Amino acid sequence: MGLLSKKDSKLILDPLADNNPITIQVLGICSALAITAQLKPSIVMAISVVFVLSVGNVVISLMRNIIPSKIRIIVQLIVVATLVIIVDQVLKAFAYTLSKELSVFIGLIITNCIIMGRFEAFALANKPWQSFLDGLGNAAGYGLILIIVGFFRELLGSGTLFGFKVLGDSVEKTGLYAIGYENNGFMVLPPMALIVVGLIIWVQRSRNKELIED
Amino acid sequence: MGLKQNLHNLREKYKGTKMAPAFNALHTFLYTPNDTAHGGTHIKAADDLKRTMNTVIMALIPCLIFGMFNAGYQHYLAAGEIEAVTSGFFSSEFWTLQNFTLGFWKILPILIISYGVGLGVEFLFAVIKGHEVEEGYLVTGMLVPLIVPIDIPLWMLVVAVIFGVVIGKEVFGGTGMNILNPALTIRAFLFFAYPTWMSGDKVWVEGAVERTKEIANGSTADAISGETILGSLAQSHGVDYSVMDMFYGFIPGSIGETSTLLILLGGLFLVFTKIGSWRIMLSSVIGALVMGYIFNLVVAAGWITDTSKFYGLMSTEFWHHLLIGGMAFGIVYMATDPVTASQTNKGKWIYGFLIGFVSIMIRVFNPAYPEGVMLAILLMNVFAPTIDHYVVQGNVKRRLKRAKIKTA
Repeated sequence: MGLLSKKDSKLILDPLADNNPITIQVLGICSALAITAQLKPSIVMAISVVFVLSVGNVVISLMRNIIPSKIRIIVQLIVVATLVIIVDQVLKAFAYTLSKELSVFIGLIITNCIIMGRFEAFALANKPWQSFLDGLGNAAGYGLILIIVGFFRELLGSGTLFGFKVLGDSVEKTGLYAIGYENNGFMVLPPMALIVVGLIIWVQRSRNKELIED
Repeated sequence: MGLKQNLHNLREKYKGTKMAPAFNALHTFLYTPNDTAHGGTHIKAADDLKRTMNTVIMALIPCLIFGMFNAGYQHYLAAGEIEAVTSGFFSSEFWTLQNFTLGFWKILPILIISYGVGLGVEFLFAVIKGHEVEEGYLVTGMLVPLIVPIDIPLWMLVVAVIFGVVIGKEVFGGTGMNILNPALTIRAFLFFAYPTWMSGDKVWVEGAVERTKEIANGSTADAISGETILGSLAQSHGVDYSVMDMFYGFIPGSIGETSTLLILLGGLFLVFTKIGSWRIMLSSVIGALVMGYIFNLVVAAGWITDTSKFYGLMSTEFWHHLLIGGMAFGIVYMATDPVTASQTNKGKWIYGFLIGFVSIMIRVFNPAYPEGVMLAILLMNVFAPTIDHYVVQGNVKRRLKRAKIKTA
């Protein structure tokens, strides 16, 4: 990569796979369970977190030398809260039904462990550019899992993708439904998200034995 | 020579290769091997795991046979082609070849799917992990057909069995390591994934769903329905069945769980052979009776009147709860699963009592999920290690106290 040094590109690529915030660090699970019943909210959530985390990381990194360490958590909270309110207002203005659907979970990005975790662990000790890449990478790793889970849950649970009836119409009995297929109602319920995440972790660890801890 | 010798030769030939467990598995499944599992999983007596499993299967066979007759009986009865039973358990209206044939041909595929898919998954995992196949699925494979409705689409069963065996058992390390009862995991999966096929008033009688579709398409045939007793009580409808019908099992329900009489005999058999824990069975019954009685008292005190949606199930005589739904079957065959139940004797009393108690509570308060016993057992499966932990800690504490007094 010409644009990024090897070290920098590692910042982005690591959290996508071998250091994924959800499947390896097991952070940010709550929102991954709550909003992945459909693909669309999963993607919006992913984009929101990418925005909040990458911008937030840069802001914290810029301020890192002037934040008194005693009140750094409060400062971090204010930064996240500001960014989350921006996201929330934008969604309310331009995608009202979607923001209804995501309800409190946009607001709850504030408490997403990944964000505070990256602020504490990375942005406070690194330069803005690296912090930006780290934020981007971690949020993308989070978003990637969200999208995978959302894909399977919507496809198997509702038989749709982005609301399009890819498997046929379940009421009119067309497509797959004509031969007796039925949607798996369990997929729509949050426990199944946990199981899908678990399966992803299983696949990932059996492909890369180094990830297995004792 | 013959099949057995061939199998022996194959087994020798593949010894030490990747496929070895699969051939060993086939061999041990068909013939008595010299090397069954000793010790390890949960064996406390000289019985090996295979003997334990076979005993439970023997206790289940009567329920299976009865289920076949009952499937035919419920179908023809609902269709108005035969009369209801009149003369006790051995009524000639019930034990007919016609009833049996219908039930047999409906239940056989379910049984084959259950064993075929379940053992297939077990074989696969044995090969991948490179260990010998475990006998664990033998009982689960028999339990599954007994706790599903007769009209369950077979492909759903396939999905559910794969899910149950992989997520319920193999991810924890296979037989003996599972937290949840695999058969109930399979049923719970079906229940939440395909609720229209697992509840309501159609699925319990063979052909009722088909008939409903035909009528919707303009057929003039009479609708058949067979609501379970729990279903109609939850809606505060009356019950058409006598107590003896419930006890003998001439009622609609999942395939093998209707006959309390045969379950009772099976339970006694398990207690007698010391395979099933009488502590769990007895305490579950007590738990259910206590909860049922509390609800009866609430109704008697006038706090709940027949305008309440809970009235139907709350006012049910407390001991009827043992006869209807899967209560008896769950207590005898599921709650006593030695892997997922509490291990300590005191723990078994607590575990069993809470199963009975919570079952009736779920039954009454959540009419959408009328079969509380499934959820109650799964819930208590999760709590069993905790119960054991506190029982053991309590014991340790008590002994330490005694030790201190002596030294002081």
